[in-house]
Amino acid sequence: MLMHPVLKLIAQRLALGLLLLFAASVLIFVGTSILPGDVAQSILGQSATPEALANMRRELGLNDPAVTRYFAWLGGVLQGDLGTALTNGRDIADSLGGRLKNTLFLAFWAAAISVPLAISLGLLAVRYKDRWPDKLISAVTLTTISIPEFMIGYILIYWVAIKWRLFPSVAIINDSMSLGEKLNAIAIPVMVLTLVVLAHMMRMTRAAILNVMQSAYIETAELKGLGMLKIIRKHAFPNAIAPIVNVVMLNLAYLVVGVVVVEVVFAYPGMGQYLVDHVSKRDVPVVQASGLIFAAVYIGLNLVADIVSILANPRLRHPK
Amino acid sequence: MTEPLLKVRGLKIGATAYPPGERPVAIKIVHGVDFELEAGKVLGLIGESGAGKSTIGLAAMAYGRGGVEITGGEGWVNGRDILKERLRSIRRLRGAEVTYVSQSAAASFNPAKKIMDQVTEAAIYQNKFSKAEAEDRAVELFRKLGLPDPETIGNRYPHQVSGGQLQRCMTALALCPEPDLVVFDEPTTALDVTTQIDVLAAIKEAIAATGVAALYITHDLAVVAQVSDHIMVLQQGEMVEYGTTDQIINNPQEEYTKALVSVRSIRHEEKTPTDTPVLRVENITARYAGTTFDVLKKINVDIHPGQTLAVVGESGSGKSTLARVITGLLPPTDGQITFDGRVLAPALSSRPIDDLREMQMIYQMADTAMNPRQTVGTIIGRPLEFYFGLKGKAKQKRIQELLDEIELGDGFQDRYPAELSGGQKQRVCIARALAAKPKLIICDEVTSALDPLVADGILKLLLNLQKIEDVAYLFITHDLATVRAIADSIAVMYQGEVVRYGPKSQVLSPPFDDYTDLLLSSVPEMKIGWLEETIEHRRMESAGN
Repeated sequence: MLMHPVLKLIAQRLALGLLLLFAASVLIFVGTSILPGDVAQSILGQSATPEALANMRRELGLNDPAVTRYFAWLGGVLQGDLGTALTNGRDIADSLGGRLKNTLFLAFWAAAISVPLAISLGLLAVRYKDRWPDKLISAVTLTTISIPEFMIGYILIYWVAIKWRLFPSVAIINDSMSLGEKLNAIAIPVMVLTLVVLAHMMRMTRAAILNVMQSAYIETAELKGLGMLKIIRKHAFPNAIAPIVNVVMLNLAYLVVGVVVVEVVFAYPGMGQYLVDHVSKRDVPVVQASGLIFAAVYIGLNLVADIVSILANPRLRHPK
Repeated sequence: MTEPLLKVRGLKIGATAYPPGERPVAIKIVHGVDFELEAGKVLGLIGESGAGKSTIGLAAMAYGRGGVEITGGEGWVNGRDILKERLRSIRRLRGAEVTYVSQSAAASFNPAKKIMDQVTEAAIYQNKFSKAEAEDRAVELFRKLGLPDPETIGNRYPHQVSGGQLQRCMTALALCPEPDLVVFDEPTTALDVTTQIDVLAAIKEAIAATGVAALYITHDLAVVAQVSDHIMVLQQGEMVEYGTTDQIINNPQEEYTKALVSVRSIRHEEKTPTDTPVLRVENITARYAGTTFDVLKKINVDIHPGQTLAVVGESGSGKSTLARVITGLLPPTDGQITFDGRVLAPALSSRPIDDLREMQMIYQMADTAMNPRQTVGTIIGRPLEFYFGLKGKAKQKRIQELLDEIELGDGFQDRYPAELSGGQKQRVCIARALAAKPKLIICDEVTSALDPLVADGILKLLLNLQKIEDVAYLFITHDLATVRAIADSIAVMYQGEVVRYGPKSQVLSPPFDDYTDLLLSSVPEMKIGWLEETIEHRRMESAGN
């Protein structure tokens, strides 16, 4: 039996995503391998004897050819074994798991607020195109995207945490806290992230819908006597989903992999901080594992965007 | 006397143009037009592009497309002046009392929504009918309009039905809310001639059955003669003549109307074929990469020096693909092409420069075929440099000669395409093709985007040039009137095959094959009642079989 063309397309995308992830793993491995410096040296310090260094290298398998080491590493990753951290000898999967959970928690709440907000603001901007609400929305969001995120962070800390005492300035969370306590703790970082990602998504929503608004079928809707908001919602938005989802996914990816500065400002125990700590300690296995997870998140979210675009196209969904 | 359904008084419409680097200029599109339309009657608005037909039609819904603004006058619909009303109450009129059928149903249907939802939307939104009632009505209209599977066609998406069917769905969309007036804006212009006749008949029957009044806008007088009670002739935003259909068609008063009625009166005596064709197409079969069916199937045609072969057929019949194969843009999978006694290389890239020079092309859209940032002089001068190495004075002299040949006077050399009219642009494209001194010019629908009178001028020019330069034309068109006007021989194409081929007199005289008969009998004639006669004739024939 013939596969529905949409299923076929999606299967192709998934296969492509896996291939891409594999390529990314090669790049990460090669990249970390050609870094200058020597892990054994950095573990043992400058005063280590040559014999101790040689032993250490043998122990870590650093003398094996790169291809052997790559496949040993990849094999471990596929079985869920990300290796052990060189610096403290702990299992990477364990320590990374908690961090990843925290990062996703922060990203989820930032997305839950920023995505609907950005799209609604985009719709409003189209409704009042070139009038003051449109200009105000653009001015405010472009201002917040232009200010460095740490700066927004400190400004919000000053007003919200110190002057108004609404939320804490430090976003330390742990498993013993209730959801309410956690949300209270991350309130300011969520605000910062929302302000950072809002403009991009809002502008894209506005541009994508304005583009659709040029279409003849919008005129048809106008000549049916429909109101502007109804036209935007019912006739323009469904045809603008693909570009909007694309930019939303890019921003979600950013919320997961790009928030290290915000984590540092608020002392939030997420992936970014963990990665930066271990980069400075030359802990290569941790860097590799984090890099791979970031790559997987990026590829996964873009894959979702691709699939949504395919599903949003009525020509593909309902072939002739 | 009862008040007319639509009464327009002193309608003035304008727009603002923004020429780059200059102050915005106000343009007048319609300068004070008066007309009336009684309930249940059909008024045809006819004129060339830019005459303001669509603009007037949309003004009946108090709508200005793009930056178009209604600047003055009165527009009374059902006893109230809608041009004075606020947007809120105008919106209650649109889609309820007055509805609209556009030229391109394909563009006017939302690709993301089912046909039924779009057809019933206005009726439900305007509280004319409940959802169930509206859907019943829609199915009934689908049936009246002769759509296949009227019960279920509404569940399809716009891309799942053909262009002609979608145009009927658009008519159903307009009739569903039970309006008093429908504005039909060139509803059949984008359709193939064989599809047009059915859609036209369906629209006419639906108008008669529902008793709705209509404004029927078109540039084709033969079409409007079939459907309207009265005709208003417009030229550059002003009314030229107004009268009953009978009077306008059979007894036009104004010069302009007479020109419109007698358009396509070019007569061209067919030349006899020579012994050595300039182009011989033998057994050409072609398909596009990645597809599994042949777009062209064993095509055999000849073109003789200084003569015209017209290739005629519907969209999708393979006409333009044949041109692509001849020019080498699409190498054929089988067959060969002989040009001027030598076999041509299949692919463009392996043809010598003289082969390229001797075969030139003119396209449908003169706009996109010219670089908007080059002057006419540069555009025509380019082939002179490229093929003949002409420079300086010699080049200037030749450019002026060519401009004289295409009947454009002095001062055109330094103009940009944007400063030319549609017909002038096409003339420049002709000059550019002639500059290469070709033996064959492939003309791909070169008059299709032009108004009838302008198109006539282009055809006359092409015929004159053929006499002077002894150039052969491969003339691709879907318009049979054009074919009659200029062809020496004709190839009728249908689904990738040449179904009829020979000298014009032979191809256009009976006995016909089925397809050619259908094609020829579908061309609207400038005669009242032609539509009914033809439809009736076809019914009798199919009943007879």
